Amino acid sequence: MRDRLIFAGQLGFTLLVAAFLVVPVLLSISAGITVNYFRGIQSGVTLQWVAQVWGLYKGEIGLSFLIAFATLAVTLVVGVPAAYGLHVRGGRLSRVIEEIITLPLAIPGLAIALALLLTYGGFGGFRQSWLFILVGHTVFTMPFMVRSVMAVFASVDIKTLDEGAASLGASPWTRFCNVIVPNALPGILAGSLMVITLSLGEFNLTWMLHTPLTKTLPVGLADSYASMRLEVASAYTLIFFIMIVPLLVAMQMFADKGEKQ
Amino acid sequence: MNAITGHGAAVHIIDCGKTFPDGTQALAPASLDIIAGETLVLLGPSGCGKTTMLRIIAGLETPDAGGRILFDDTDVTAIPIEQRHVGMVFQSYALFPNMTVAENIGYGLKIRGVGKADRAARIAEMVALTNIGGLENRRIDQLSGGQRQRVALARAVAVRPRVLLLDEPLTALDASLRDRLRSELNRLLRSLGITAIYVTHDQAEAMELGDRIVVMRKGAIAQIGTPRDVYFQPQNRFVAEFVGAANIVEGPIAQGRLSLPGGWLALSDAADAAAAVAMIRPETIGLVAEGGASLCGTVESVSFIGDRQRVIVTGAASKPLTIDAPNGINVEIGQRVGLSVASAAVRVLPKED
Repeated sequence: MRDRLIFAGQLGFTLLVAAFLVVPVLLSISAGITVNYFRGIQSGVTLQWVAQVWGLYKGEIGLSFLIAFATLAVTLVVGVPAAYGLHVRGGRLSRVIEEIITLPLAIPGLAIALALLLTYGGFGGFRQSWLFILVGHTVFTMPFMVRSVMAVFASVDIKTLDEGAASLGASPWTRFCNVIVPNALPGILAGSLMVITLSLGEFNLTWMLHTPLTKTLPVGLADSYASMRLEVASAYTLIFFIMIVPLLVAMQMFADKGEKQ
Repeated sequence: MNAITGHGAAVHIIDCGKTFPDGTQALAPASLDIIAGETLVLLGPSGCGKTTMLRIIAGLETPDAGGRILFDDTDVTAIPIEQRHVGMVFQSYALFPNMTVAENIGYGLKIRGVGKADRAARIAEMVALTNIGGLENRRIDQLSGGQRQRVALARAVAVRPRVLLLDEPLTALDASLRDRLRSELNRLLRSLGITAIYVTHDQAEAMELGDRIVVMRKGAIAQIGTPRDVYFQPQNRFVAEFVGAANIVEGPIAQGRLSLPGGWLALSDAADAAAAVAMIRPETIGLVAEGGASLCGTVESVSFIGDRQRVIVTGAASKPLTIDAPNGINVEIGQRVGLSVASAAVRVLPKED
């Protein structure tokens, strides 16, 4: 009896906390498909706001995905070998470099953006292209890739595996492809997941770096919150949701599969 | 060169030392010649430099300036491990978790561009040699420790290395399995006729496997010799005590006799000395009647071990003597006993500074 009470109490508390977090999401979504939010859901359900947002912002949405995947590509190509190098080399210098890579986590995005603007703002073509935002996102997401890959390296004793492959005659590049990457896969997937979601949702940096022609999803979202009806902004949130949730689920499933192997 | 072995290379280590960037010297410059086809064991406690020496031979560490490594007559000092054509068995095995047993064994062959059919044949040969039939398609995490050890060995030997390097390959296994694999490994190394360098801290392993043993201490070579040399003729106190059990006795030598508190021992050949140190192995001391014995003492304890009994005798030397006596004789605690030691079994050790 007492156990059951405790269980009911815990369940109730958990549900309350979950509701506290989930209700705003549901409200926001419902607002996005309501004809008039102030009159409530009885005013009718509509997809007109969603359609309007899609019409207005599909460029931003496309650009966001372009930047997210480009960021992923850069962090993979640079981050995985960097993590390998740092892990195998070890020592103080490696730790210093790791700290420097991690630094953008501690520095406000606005400050990073300002530094990028001060340094490269003068290069007009670069400043105005989406590549400028890509640089910001890469700086911001790199530590997540490097760290999660390094964590796996430490857990599977990659250094000895590497030496084992070397003793069998494999060149550094062959070792990297045959032994390092396959065994670091769980970390690479976890890192990729972080990079994609962080890049898609990044606002601070991007808001400073964007131009009217290089806006991303979150910047567009801020735009629509500031200047449009609440229903439009909510519909925007809904689209953001629909885009990112399947991606998260897919990568999570992928990561689970990688771990099982 | 037959189907299974490669040709074993002679290895020459010339003035190879290793100082790490933080200034600690892991290995004082040392030279060593390893004969083609022999099994050489590097034996010593942890931190003695044996693994560093092995890694220098493998090409995983570079020796300090001036050091050189030769395989036969080829200087390989500047050649990275992947081009040295060695086989290596690691303490943690370093098997690739992303490959099956067969893929692990065939990896070195694949790297060398051996065709699929030849590779399969060689893998089958290795599987048979190391008794791991039926495991070919298993993943590494589905293997027991002993099976992993065999796969690691098969993988290292599959490429017909010029030198096989083994870094404490049995240490991660439990005791009974270790004993069994040790004799298996011994048979394998003999039949391969390969040059093998084997690192261990276990003197029983070193005795059984080594054609020669290099005893190391604090980054330097303490003695090089056959297992019998090292056991019966240790050149210093460290070797005497590290390899097997040893009684160390101290006393003056005069007229071919070593004087001890409980009497004296005859020596086969020794110069007079005011203070000498000698070693006696426990199994070389015989228990005899007190009367007529040149050295006597009192039995302090007797432990029955099965194949023998370990008797501790006090009063004979300044420290209690350990004696391995046959299991059949009857000794009692407190009994006065005479000790007989053949003069050849008393090994006078050089003075240590």
